[in-house]
Amino acid sequence: MKSGVLKLVMKRLAVALVTLLIVLFAVFFATSMLPGDTASILLGQAATPEAVAGLREAMHLNDPAILRFLLWLVGLLHGDLGTSYANQMPVAALIGGRLVNTMKLAAITTMLSVPLALTLGITAAMLRGSVYDRTVTVFSIGVISVPEFMVATLAVLLFAVYLKWLPALSSVNEAHSVTDLVRIYAMPVITLTFVISAQMIRMTRAAVIETLSTPYVEMALLKGASRSRMVLRHALPNALGPIVNAVALSLSYLVGGVIIVETIFNYPGIAKLMVDAVATRDLPLIQSCAMIFCLGYLFLITAADIIAIMSNPRLR
Amino acid sequence: MTMARATTSRRSFLGHSYSLVGVVAALVILAWTLVAILAPYIIPHSIGDIVDDDYFGPMRQGLWLGSDYLGRDMLSRVLMGARYTVGISLAAVFIACFSGVVLGMIAAVTGGWLDTCLSRFLDAMNSIPSKLFGLVVVAAVGSSIPVLILTLAVIYIPGAYRFARALAVNINTMDFMTVARVRGENTIYLIGSEILPNIIRPVLADFGLRFVFIVLLLSGLSFLGLGLQPPLADWGALVRENIGGLPFAAPAVVVPSLAIASLTISVNLLIDNLPQKIRDRDA
Repeated sequence: MKSGVLKLVMKRLAVALVTLLIVLFAVFFATSMLPGDTASILLGQAATPEAVAGLREAMHLNDPAILRFLLWLVGLLHGDLGTSYANQMPVAALIGGRLVNTMKLAAITTMLSVPLALTLGITAAMLRGSVYDRTVTVFSIGVISVPEFMVATLAVLLFAVYLKWLPALSSVNEAHSVTDLVRIYAMPVITLTFVISAQMIRMTRAAVIETLSTPYVEMALLKGASRSRMVLRHALPNALGPIVNAVALSLSYLVGGVIIVETIFNYPGIAKLMVDAVATRDLPLIQSCAMIFCLGYLFLITAADIIAIMSNPRLR
Repeated sequence: MTMARATTSRRSFLGHSYSLVGVVAALVILAWTLVAILAPYIIPHSIGDIVDDDYFGPMRQGLWLGSDYLGRDMLSRVLMGARYTVGISLAAVFIACFSGVVLGMIAAVTGGWLDTCLSRFLDAMNSIPSKLFGLVVVAAVGSSIPVLILTLAVIYIPGAYRFARALAVNINTMDFMTVARVRGENTIYLIGSEILPNIIRPVLADFGLRFVFIVLLLSGLSFLGLGLQPPLADWGALVRENIGGLPFAAPAVVVPSLAIASLTISVNLLIDNLPQKIRDRDA
């Protein structure tokens, strides 16, 4: 029976790999559809036709698209992300530090939102129908129904304008002390935590409620187990798979969230880099950033699926 | 999903019972739809006119929602913005759901390699984060209303497909489908007359949810400056251009945000409060 799970997991990984190829292909072609000739854009209006032709040759722009795609892929495998059009720097160098910043933001958000959301989701499910449960549910529906930038602007209004606890922008690069650090990260992290937690609370609550309606939990109730014992001892271990699945899925919302949050708060991460690259139409930079986002997203949703497969006792 | 049911009174109408929250939500949606249709006739000032000497003016008589960063009337701009937000989102959700549901039903009825290929391909599409997809497309072909509608539609086709296919696969195993097949009916008849009537209710609920996703994504793109381009402005773009008023809590920033929230929350509440029979996903 163990090999059954292994087979399913391998199958899911193979699907993820094929998906990755399709995504890379899509990113490459979407960006190479740009109107205008890259070589003449790069050289400007004063360029001679010979110079443009030379650059086209050097950039392999005359080769068929499929060949350029393969060249790009081979470059990727060698860790060569290409050169930025805007400032002639290697893309890898531009991305490096920014990626670390975004990872920090994501890590802090995850560390805050996972315990928060699990606590709220599980307790809401335990006290289903109570005022507490209804408050949590209304709140999470509210957060899910509004755009991320609205959560961010409301957070600014509350913490920076009315309460004056925090600065509205985290544009500072140098943090000299712990308080500086907290002030820089606070607003982006608060916003992201709201967005991610709302999603996670809903899914966790649903997973626990579903387990609570199973026959074995009813059995536990009938034999006289206390309410907390029923949830913690009987329901929760079985809801663990769906809950971890929910956590991984909710974390994939980070990808969309950081794009908005980094832009609003001027946070020097990779999403801000990409939005700026879109404005200057810097193709190699857009391609690489898009690829990193897709990789992260694909990793999280694949992990969610695999956890769901592994936690299904019928497959074990 | 059960929040409002316990607290609100239910009334009976046309054989279904509706909760108060659902009725209020439906009224809000109806109001915004009317505004979207009638906007050019009901705005008090032209959206380009500068009517206030001050920028980010407060709410007062004549300028009910204050003025924006150039001193233009905010009420008129929000009313006109409804046109773009509701219009573009509706067009996109129609295309997305129509294509997704038709493809899903065909895949379920036909099965075999068509089903496998379509499902694999659309699953792969689903693995591209939606905001990122929007960013890349706008980078590639620029932003205009048709491009926006198509991009938003393409992003949400895979979801609609997956939902409709899962429902249609269940119906496909029923005896009446076998009977219809034995009668020699073609695929168009099978999906139009046998499957669709049996899945239409959950599909409509899904349509509403997808509408919310599209409104949120459109607003997000416009907020990043990648959606509607000036002088046109939807609600997301209105928040973007007035973001400078945030430090003094100008109504120009708050009001368009509230407009988006009122629309999306209403649609979500309406779907949550639909009678069980309509909402039920098992059809």
